[in-house]
Amino acid sequence: MTARAYTPGLKVSARTRHRVRRILPIAGDVLVQAGDAVQARQAVAHAFMPGDVTPINMANLLSMPPTDVPDCMLKKEGDRIDVGDVLARTPGIFGLFRSEHTSTVSGTLESISAVTGQVIVRGEPLGVEVRAYLAGRVAEIVPNEGCVIEADAAFVQGIFGIGGEAFGPIRRAAADHADPLTEDRITPDMEGAVIVGGARMTEAAIERARAVGASAIVSGGIDDADIRAFLGYDLGVAITGSENVGLTLIITEGFGDIAMAQRTFDLLASLEGREAAVNGATQIRAGVMRPEIVVPLPDDAAGETAGTSDAGFLETGAPVRIIRDPHFGRIGAVGALPAELHVLESGSKARVLEVRLDSGESVIIPRANVELIEQ
Amino acid sequence: MNRIDPDRVRVILATDCGSTTTKAILIQKIDGVFRQTHRGEAPTTVEEPFADVTMGVLNAVTETQELAGRRLIDADGRIIQPASGDEGCDIYISTSSAGGGLQMMVAGVIRQMTAESAKRAALGAGAIVMDVIAANDKRRPHEQIQRIRELRPDMILVSGGIDGGTTTHVVRLAELIAPAKPRPRFGSEYTLPIIYAGNADAAPLVADVITDGFDLTVVDNLRPVLERENLGPARDAIHDLFLEHVMAHAPGYDKLIQWTDAPIMPTPGAVGNILETIARERGINVVGVDIGGATTDVFSVFDGVFNRTVSANLGMSYSISNVCAEAGMDNILRWVHIAMDARELRNRVKNKMIRPTTIPQTLEALVFEQAVAREALRLAYLQHKEFATTLKGVQRQRTVGDTFSQESSGETIVDNMKLDLLVASGGVLSHAPSMRQTAMLLIDAFEPEGFTTLAKDSIFMMPHLGVLAEVHPQASVEVFERDCLIHLGAVAAAACSGKPGQACFRYQVRGDTLEASGEMRVGDMKLYPLGLGETARVAIQPERGFDFGAGPGRAVERDVEGGTVGLILDARGRPLQVEGGVEGWVRALELYPEGSVA
Repeated sequence: MTARAYTPGLKVSARTRHRVRRILPIAGDVLVQAGDAVQARQAVAHAFMPGDVTPINMANLLSMPPTDVPDCMLKKEGDRIDVGDVLARTPGIFGLFRSEHTSTVSGTLESISAVTGQVIVRGEPLGVEVRAYLAGRVAEIVPNEGCVIEADAAFVQGIFGIGGEAFGPIRRAAADHADPLTEDRITPDMEGAVIVGGARMTEAAIERARAVGASAIVSGGIDDADIRAFLGYDLGVAITGSENVGLTLIITEGFGDIAMAQRTFDLLASLEGREAAVNGATQIRAGVMRPEIVVPLPDDAAGETAGTSDAGFLETGAPVRIIRDPHFGRIGAVGALPAELHVLESGSKARVLEVRLDSGESVIIPRANVELIEQ
Repeated sequence: MNRIDPDRVRVILATDCGSTTTKAILIQKIDGVFRQTHRGEAPTTVEEPFADVTMGVLNAVTETQELAGRRLIDADGRIIQPASGDEGCDIYISTSSAGGGLQMMVAGVIRQMTAESAKRAALGAGAIVMDVIAANDKRRPHEQIQRIRELRPDMILVSGGIDGGTTTHVVRLAELIAPAKPRPRFGSEYTLPIIYAGNADAAPLVADVITDGFDLTVVDNLRPVLERENLGPARDAIHDLFLEHVMAHAPGYDKLIQWTDAPIMPTPGAVGNILETIARERGINVVGVDIGGATTDVFSVFDGVFNRTVSANLGMSYSISNVCAEAGMDNILRWVHIAMDARELRNRVKNKMIRPTTIPQTLEALVFEQAVAREALRLAYLQHKEFATTLKGVQRQRTVGDTFSQESSGETIVDNMKLDLLVASGGVLSHAPSMRQTAMLLIDAFEPEGFTTLAKDSIFMMPHLGVLAEVHPQASVEVFERDCLIHLGAVAAAACSGKPGQACFRYQVRGDTLEASGEMRVGDMKLYPLGLGETARVAIQPERGFDFGAGPGRAVERDVEGGTVGLILDARGRPLQVEGGVEGWVRALELYPEGSVA
């Protein structure tokens, strides 16, 4: 039996060739061409979604049977409607006592039903725009849908985030990776910035960052109670990204008092001042999606391009992070990978590994409870 | 698909393609009886970079063939059929929940009547119901249209009206759906299937409204008269369209469909199928539960009526945080017998949510997870009871004799006193370190009354057996009874409540291996060993006010079957009062290692 086991990991890369697919939700126009250089906030594709629909119960409004509705309509299907237009008028009695309905919405008349007496008006088309997100070069065009953008970038995956895409220069607000991000570390000149903290970000720090107008905060951990206070509700499932809270939050390690991994912190600190694109959207389901921090690098920057795998095999000597109590957050290296099942303190039997902690101590951990730290 | 002569079948291969794992089992006829002999599993390969479900299927089957020493796949990567000598199989079948299963929206005129019947049909077919649109759901039409637009269902089921009734309301529903133009999950070339199962008179009018971009199928009304549901045709149409549309768009399924001898079924639909078959064959009432990481499915068959519910956000990993939010931390911690810090636990719950594959290493973590499981199961069962009701909107003629009876339409048909068999499956129940913990989780969450047999699905093969029931019912039932179910034992529980310490019932147990008698007081629990295959006769004399099924204070005698746990006597009363703490129960059943109880 070979001592290899597959385990997930989060990617932290000083330089990688990063590609993003920027696709419209429905077919539309692509505004760029292959080879174009694009900026993060630049629109690369746009489309018009069919407008919202307003049903109008004309039979009820004009007190008539549904079958009479088509004859009373002054507008036909496909006609343009403006607010104040008279849509329908009853014949009245000898031309008197007529009642009519004037439109309160604008758009196009989509359908008139003689069965239900219902008239449907489709509102103005809604514009949808997709921005480049990654400053780089257009590598590929997906006709009528969008494009693929490519750039060399520093890339850090977080474990969990809140809020959608945001942009700004990186600002370090912690002395080191184990330094909690407290309110006093947030200064007014951080407006529009992506703030990098060390360990847990406190609720007061988040509120202050929101007050000064920061774009995002990236830190090691957060307390569940603080997230609840920030959002105003308890998170049920880890599907985020659409919160409208004025600030994107990304944690790199987990919930609680937990320091950012040294390597992640050092990398982010080294990028201070550079423009970053971040996305807090997280979906922990089949087809997992993690939050990310992408910092495009100039073409001539030194450094090697790392691979793109985000998972790998556990092998003796591989650096790992323990992701469950009793040693949650500790970092070490794989000491041994015994093949036989081990009885845990809980009484369950599981496959385990021995982790040599940085402190020199060795602990036995279920294989499901570690993740690889990418080199 | 091949024609199969049931008498000639010797070897059956079945796979279940789950969201993460594809499981294969091999069933062989040994000494004239079908037995499950080997199993293999491999990661499901629906997503990139593989994007072909058959790769995972072949990997799982390869593992099975290596373990069984029987060649099942030929050199071209095809499943060998029929069986000859020591290679191949006679029947190959499969279920699937990969890619998130079948996601549906249902619509009906009245929420409590046709819309509810439509929901029942969709759930029974194994679907996840994303939303129910009804004329009286208190949303304004534009809000309903907005909702339809936001959701991306695989299929829509529209019902409404009894045959010969009004057509207007049904057509209005169709008029909401047509302009909403919901975008399906599988890209622009997918035409969204809509099943119409409402008032037959309205069918042509609905067809006039639902035209471009939809594939309309009209089937018999699922509520032809108020007093009767006819869910079969709608359920069958869902299964057919699931294959034709949804599966055909999932990568590799076109190939898999060619291989199988019976249509591929959605996994929960297959589980429901086997439970229905068992309840019918044995003439018993059954409740089954499958608690997963994201969802909890509850199935019940009472007096031949099948119901299924999916509690979409009650689960043990992805949804663990939602369980804590819905149940409240106080309700979870009442099941815990060791001191825990609430703030720390909240962070742990969130850490499990974001890293769902981790397992409890410490006893404290296990006790906590099992406490969460109790609440997830309790809430899921509560939702099930609210849903599994007699038909609503039916007028009942009441006589003088009914004056004091509270029965009305829309009452739950789930009756814990009538429950005969409670079957558990899902990681937290199947993989609990001790079977006693599994049994206790079931009793605490479901609160069975009177006499109930407890069992668990050994290796989650109920889906496989559900499809097999369609092509070879005999093999399906034989394997279910011999290999699928692990009997945990029986529980005898008193209904009604009293003051702790008050006399509850006297009992006498007589069997070949067990003789016991005694008295139980309110709050007591007791466990007697009664092994697999052993039976005993239990006589109970309840005190006044306590009920074992014959009425308050009336004596009951029943034969019970043993299992890996034994016979559990439960005098805690119903509904369960947990406020006094659980230490005594933990000790009585020796649930956790010595020393963990203060």
